[in-house]
Amino acid sequence: MDWTSLDTWIVITGVLSAMSCALVGNFLVLRKMSMMGDAISHAVLPGLAIAFLISSSRGSITMFIGAAIAGLITALFTQWIHKFGKVEESAAMGVTFTALFAIGLILIVRGADKVDLDPGCVLYGAIELVPLDTITFLSLTLPRAVWILGSVMLINILFTLVLYKELRLTCFDPALATTLGINANVMHYVTMTLVAITTVASFESVGSILVIAMLIVPASAAHLLTNRYGLMLAMSMIFAAVSAVLGHISAITVPTWLGFADTSTAGMIAVVAGLLFTCTMFFAPHQGILSKVWHRLRLSLRIASEDILGKLYRLEESTSDQPTLAQSAVFPANKWISRLARADLARTRKITRENNTYRLTEQGRFLAMQLVRSHRLWETYVAKHFDLEVDHLHDSAERTEHYITQTMQQDMIEELSHVKTDPHGKKIPDQPSSEDSIVDPKQKGGQA
Amino acid sequence: MNSEPADPATISDAVSADPKAPRPVRVATGDEHPVTSPLSVHDMTVAYHRKPVLWDVDFDAPAGSLIGMIGPNGAGKSTLLKAALDLIPKASGRVMVFGKPYRQQRHLVGYVPQRESVDWDFPVNALDVVAMGLYRRIGWCRMVSRRHKQSAMQALEQVGMADFAKRQISQLSGGQQQRVFLARALVQDASLYLMDEPFAGVDASTETAIVNILQTLRTAGKTVLVVHHDLHTVRDYFDQVILLNMRIVAHGPTDEIFTPDNLKKTYGGRLTLLDRAAHAIARQGET
Repeated sequence: MDWTSLDTWIVITGVLSAMSCALVGNFLVLRKMSMMGDAISHAVLPGLAIAFLISSSRGSITMFIGAAIAGLITALFTQWIHKFGKVEESAAMGVTFTALFAIGLILIVRGADKVDLDPGCVLYGAIELVPLDTITFLSLTLPRAVWILGSVMLINILFTLVLYKELRLTCFDPALATTLGINANVMHYVTMTLVAITTVASFESVGSILVIAMLIVPASAAHLLTNRYGLMLAMSMIFAAVSAVLGHISAITVPTWLGFADTSTAGMIAVVAGLLFTCTMFFAPHQGILSKVWHRLRLSLRIASEDILGKLYRLEESTSDQPTLAQSAVFPANKWISRLARADLARTRKITRENNTYRLTEQGRFLAMQLVRSHRLWETYVAKHFDLEVDHLHDSAERTEHYITQTMQQDMIEELSHVKTDPHGKKIPDQPSSEDSIVDPKQKGGQA
Repeated sequence: MNSEPADPATISDAVSADPKAPRPVRVATGDEHPVTSPLSVHDMTVAYHRKPVLWDVDFDAPAGSLIGMIGPNGAGKSTLLKAALDLIPKASGRVMVFGKPYRQQRHLVGYVPQRESVDWDFPVNALDVVAMGLYRRIGWCRMVSRRHKQSAMQALEQVGMADFAKRQISQLSGGQQQRVFLARALVQDASLYLMDEPFAGVDASTETAIVNILQTLRTAGKTVLVVHHDLHTVRDYFDQVILLNMRIVAHGPTDEIFTPDNLKKTYGGRLTLLDRAAHAIARQGET
């Protein structure tokens, strides 16, 4: 890897641009208006073109005013078309931004001789050229884009910090905000103006299409990672910065592995952001796919284990003099989850295994009694309240038994006036007071 | 430090027991509306796309009462609350709160929107949501201080949700979410509350908790207007009813107004049909 000061400036520009976008992107994601980022990033084009034609310069201030107005118009038109045209909001957005984008393209092509604005550059950006265009301000010579993006990021950070709770409220509950005197509409349009300004600032570096990835991806990933508002804002910015750094490094290294020259940094930033998002989707602590699969697996394992304990307990009740129980008799369904459950039960010493025969330990019997008690209490309870045939009770109890707590057991036994047997005539096991006091239903002091 | 708007109420008000409610200002309104009413809606009409949803709604809410607003689906109950709160535009009409236009009296009005109106996946916990009710009092650009969090916590205790303060709101049940919304309204310490279907989709214990809180509010001299659906509980819960179906069919004390005749007028043919069915079934049972 051949790192020069050019690369440093490209990375700094990328990081500033990604972080500014990520911060305002949070409000788009939280208000479920992600498409608005798409719309605004395209619709600012006529604003830019008109600003160029009027001032015939690439002076930043005119550019930003043009973009801010175009952004505001997009948000307003979308609302109006949605409201008065009886059109769905996303359709209203589609109508507005494509029309505005087209006007912008026509203006650029028409006025092409007067303005040095390249449509390709607008779409994809040219972050690689950023370090060449420098401005000296306060005796500091920095790339122009760094000055601009730095200021925009500062504005965005100040905006989010100063109006921290107002933004949170207007995103969460605009109606309440308005009744409290915080006008949610005004806040919405101010936010959209900031989105427009941020988009334009990032244009030169990453273009109008990739900027959408920068607005939406970090915030969406952060939303998966945390359920705290402040943390989400912070995490989205970290995510954005990491994507930008890794994006540039990949842009100059990955293609060389395959024997090509380096590739577009802006493109790679978006690709890395996408990859990181995919990882987040899988590995996020609570909402990630893996975590959900893991929790489901844990639940299945618990249910399978409890079913095994219950079966062993019932067999102990019915067989007269055999303290050990054969595998085949106990586990007809030899599913992998059942095997896993058996292994787990043996490991935690709830059952013992000798030559394919299983037996409950004291600890296992304690849990088994609890479970069977829940099962039979539930059957009795359901039989009391619903006019069901006795053979209809088992299935419901088989499902419910795993979720009945001791408090629920207590409530049921009190309501059932301390009943001793279930509707099938089977004994409801007593509440075992502690693990030590358990006795084998037939054989006192069965060995562990 | 505290930017709470200056409270004009210094002399206690004979009409309202709530000491925070401002002294009514006598203004010659030129019509029969009593200027002391916590909420007077004057000739309000609301239309969506030229189709009127509310037509010439006119009523006064008596101070210190629990008012149930009843009407069929699409009768404009939620619309009435939203229009009164300036959340949607009115085609005509005025809304006065304690004798002054609503805009000047925002701090006296608490609003509980429908539970479905917000995104419960939003990254905040129950305490954060309750503290939102204080944002006006905290003032622009200021942080939520520990003192504010304490009053939010007290409101959560009042609705029996103190144990869930740090719980992310998507992990709460529907009833618990509704209680959080109610706590957020309580913390506003308003004199007039407008609640949009607080009983919708809640469990029995939450319903009881909400009713208890409504009664506490009334004892404190507050006025509460509740959009309500369950006709069976109207007599138990409310002193006053407003029967609404685009227009106000009837309003007044529950004993006088909540009659089968008025309900039939409100619900149009639908209830009559049910009645006929009930009659038919009853007759079948006899023979």
